[in-house]
Amino acid sequence: MSELDHDMHITEGETQKSGTGLFSLLKDSIGSISLTVLLMGLVVLLSLFALMIGPFQLSFVDVVQTLLGQGSSAAETVIFNIRLPRIFAALMVGAALAAAGASYQALFRNPLVSPDILGVSAGAGLGAVLGIFLSLPVFAIQFFAFAGGMAAVLLVGLIAAVIRNADQTLVLVLTGVVIGSLAGAATSLLKVLADPYDQLPAITFWLLGSLASVTKSDLLPLLPLVIAGFVPLILLRWRVNVLSLGDDEARSLGVNVVFVRGLVIIAATLVTASVTALAGVIGWVGLVIPHIARMLVGPEFVKLLPVSVLIGAGYLLMVDTLARTISVAEVPLGILTAVIGAPFFIWLLARGGRGWS
Amino acid sequence: MNAPGVIQVADRLATRDLAIGYGKVAIGENINVSVRPGQILCLLGPNGCGKTTLFRTMLGLLAPLRGGVELNGQPLKALSRPEIARQIAYVPQAHAPHFPYQVLDIVLMGRAARLGLFARPGERDRVAAYSALKRLGIEQLAFRDYSRLSGGQRQLVLIARALAQETPFIILDEPTASLDFGNQAVVLGEIRKLFRNKDKREVQVDLQIDASSAQGIILSTHDPDQAFLLGADVALMKDGAMVKAGPVAETLTSELLSHVYGVSIKVEETSSGRRTCSFNLQE
Repeated sequence: MSELDHDMHITEGETQKSGTGLFSLLKDSIGSISLTVLLMGLVVLLSLFALMIGPFQLSFVDVVQTLLGQGSSAAETVIFNIRLPRIFAALMVGAALAAAGASYQALFRNPLVSPDILGVSAGAGLGAVLGIFLSLPVFAIQFFAFAGGMAAVLLVGLIAAVIRNADQTLVLVLTGVVIGSLAGAATSLLKVLADPYDQLPAITFWLLGSLASVTKSDLLPLLPLVIAGFVPLILLRWRVNVLSLGDDEARSLGVNVVFVRGLVIIAATLVTASVTALAGVIGWVGLVIPHIARMLVGPEFVKLLPVSVLIGAGYLLMVDTLARTISVAEVPLGILTAVIGAPFFIWLLARGGRGWS
Repeated sequence: MNAPGVIQVADRLATRDLAIGYGKVAIGENINVSVRPGQILCLLGPNGCGKTTLFRTMLGLLAPLRGGVELNGQPLKALSRPEIARQIAYVPQAHAPHFPYQVLDIVLMGRAARLGLFARPGERDRVAAYSALKRLGIEQLAFRDYSRLSGGQRQLVLIARALAQETPFIILDEPTASLDFGNQAVVLGEIRKLFRNKDKREVQVDLQIDASSAQGIILSTHDPDQAFLLGADVALMKDGAMVKAGPVAETLTSELLSHVYGVSIKVEETSSGRRTCSFNLQE
């Protein structure tokens, strides 16, 4: 009893000593932590819900029993072979795109930047279309998509390094636009040359993004790449704030801008190229989700990153669940994210407010 | 016994026969300025005379064309980014940020050079940031949105960030340029207070002059009166050349100011004994 009293006494004393300012800072970070926990809970609930629905309906009890290893063999097949890999893929794709988008927006000091700003999507698209055009197996198409995305950004980085302009950020963005549209032109050429009955539908479907055919064996080789991309983003998450002040200011604050920015670009490109290889080109997520996250917790990247990741994961899971349930045929994800994202973005623009400059 | 060692840590920031400019074109040549901890140097000169370029070169953001910058006797180019940032803090002109950071987050970024690549600010850094705000009397802004502050408040926040950086030298690029009259007085007053605080402490204890209490300050300004107000040393620049450097009474004379700015300028003493300068409109 006396020990408890003693503890409370110390806590009170320290609160007084540190002053109201530091105390409210503590409250602030507790707020963003509890929001993170709340979002985690929501994502878990969404995942359970997504496990329930589909052509083979399962009740909540069925799902929980099956996850605990006590379901019917039919339910086990549906959950472990079909729904769980797809749900996991949706969560991963959404998390990766949102994290890359948030990173790029901070890095390029522009809230209107999306993960494909440096040409990663266009490059991945070209790689995948080339793979389909050459009638390669699925694994090779995925590898081509990944390699294409990485190569496009590498090319952008090299060109920007050669052009020794004072404003590196601008050079990077403009070079990204150029390389992106060049890759787009090459993709269009391949579409013209492709077999219109067999290859062209596959190309079109891939370029709109889908998780319809994702299996465990597709997921496993990409998982380490996504994790490898996430690690530097997580480690550098505070320093990204400093980069968002601009090159001169960040350098005068002691940040090696070229090195840190390069690392963040490589990491964000790695996660984007990986999930694009898995799911095709999915727009809007990396643009809109960081906005929502910024409205909730502000621009400070240590708070922004986890909230973006969780909202992105939950959002893409929701969209993918819609994509596989609203009609008999699968709806491409890129169409749904655009249909949902575009009006939402216009609403954001009209609303303005926190998260904007 | 410790005092001499401490003083030697922060010796001086100086340029030696420095030529500055972008690419191969020199904007300024043969520039020699130096500032010690505890000294205020006011850089004056017309627009485009190379003040900002000089600052960028002294911060190591721009490579010198010839000559060099020396920090405590060491060439600046031999130092790493964090090493420079632990010695020289930079206060840019108050700007609208791209993202609405909280004031305390902005000030905390001043701690970057003292943190490892993957580290985040800890309790010590928060205390340093908070006391920097307190030193300027703006701790009540700590949790406000920086992007919604007035220009004067933003400028004070950026000065607080430089204080949180705990450097022996601070470079301020026209800290009053975009401010209204009242805010100019507030910002300038705080700069002078920082300087005066140091003076007082030096009188009280001549041991342990730590970096934060005896800073060398270089600031550029459009307004010669500010140099009078601060009682600063002055470096007068024109067309990239240093016209004269020294105490304010020797440098800011009617003749030199008229020469530098190319208009007729008169330095007068007011009835309260303060010096001030004014220009006559040409016919």
